[in-house]
Amino acid sequence: MSETVYERVKKVVVEHLGVDPDQVSESSSFMGDLGADSLDQVELLLAFEEEFDCVIPEDEAESIASVGEAVQAINELLDKAS
Amino acid sequence: MKQGIAIVTGASRGIGKEILTSLVQSGHKVIGTATTTNGAAAISEMIGREKSGYVLDLSDRESIVRLVQSIKQDHSEPISYLVNNAGITQDNLMLRMKPDQWMNVLNVNLTGTFHLTQLLLKDMLKARWGRIVNISSIVGSIGNPGQVNYAASKAGLEAMTRCLAAEVAARQITVNAVLPGYIQSDMSEQISEGHKEKVLEHIAMKRFGSPADVAHAVEFLLSDGAAYMTGQRIVVDGGMYML
Repeated sequence: MSETVYERVKKVVVEHLGVDPDQVSESSSFMGDLGADSLDQVELLLAFEEEFDCVIPEDEAESIASVGEAVQAINELLDKAS
Repeated sequence: MKQGIAIVTGASRGIGKEILTSLVQSGHKVIGTATTTNGAAAISEMIGREKSGYVLDLSDRESIVRLVQSIKQDHSEPISYLVNNAGITQDNLMLRMKPDQWMNVLNVNLTGTFHLTQLLLKDMLKARWGRIVNISSIVGSIGNPGQVNYAASKAGLEAMTRCLAAEVAARQITVNAVLPGYIQSDMSEQISEGHKEKVLEHIAMKRFGSPADVAHAVEFLLSDGAAYMTGQRIVVDGGMYML
């Protein structure tokens, strides 16, 4: 079975922030739980865009602060695209 | 030298033209912008390669978005270097300055530069490498009657330079400013003879600079040798204003 959106988001987060995969769950916030700074957070969104080949609109991007929120936003974008 | 396109705005004449040609000579793939289609065509001709000159109106965000889209369609390389050179003056004494004169100069010199830089920054962040040089003016640091709008736009540009430098330094993106003093160009041609005499009294070297003097400083800031410099200002003014 192919990887779920959550698994792919998690992979990007682990790679980008250099955190332990066990630390990352749906509820992890990038800055509060995973030690990202504000620019890391912006770059994570760029990395998600690349991973999923999509463009996250600016107004949505600002409200994405956790793994779960990213998964939800990407799922919605992928649904719209398909 | 890092591969990638170098963009120079306001490149059809004056200092911008000189920066453009010096970057071409040092082996960069360069794109220049001008406000008119004739200017853009002249840039392509100057470089000797099609799709090197583009039209850009910095007062219009749509025009800026179109520019970035067109460049990405026409060229496969990433944009790694940005020289924000384009700028306008609409001089007038404070009391006589029209709201439009204030807005036009701020819109092009400061807001337009903000929009273009923002649009190009994303790819630099992804690449974790980039070089941005903003062409300011010594007038942003010293007073000059008749230029409240221009001086404010340049002082603002320098503040933007420092803030952005702090934001992106850890990603190997440097952001610096070059501050020309009085340089021989169409812009300085507008200065009256009488005023020129007065200005020369304050220039230690007793002459106006050449566009090449400015281009050398820009080229340095874009080079590998300037990798550890960011948020800085290099003044090129013949010793007029010694910080």
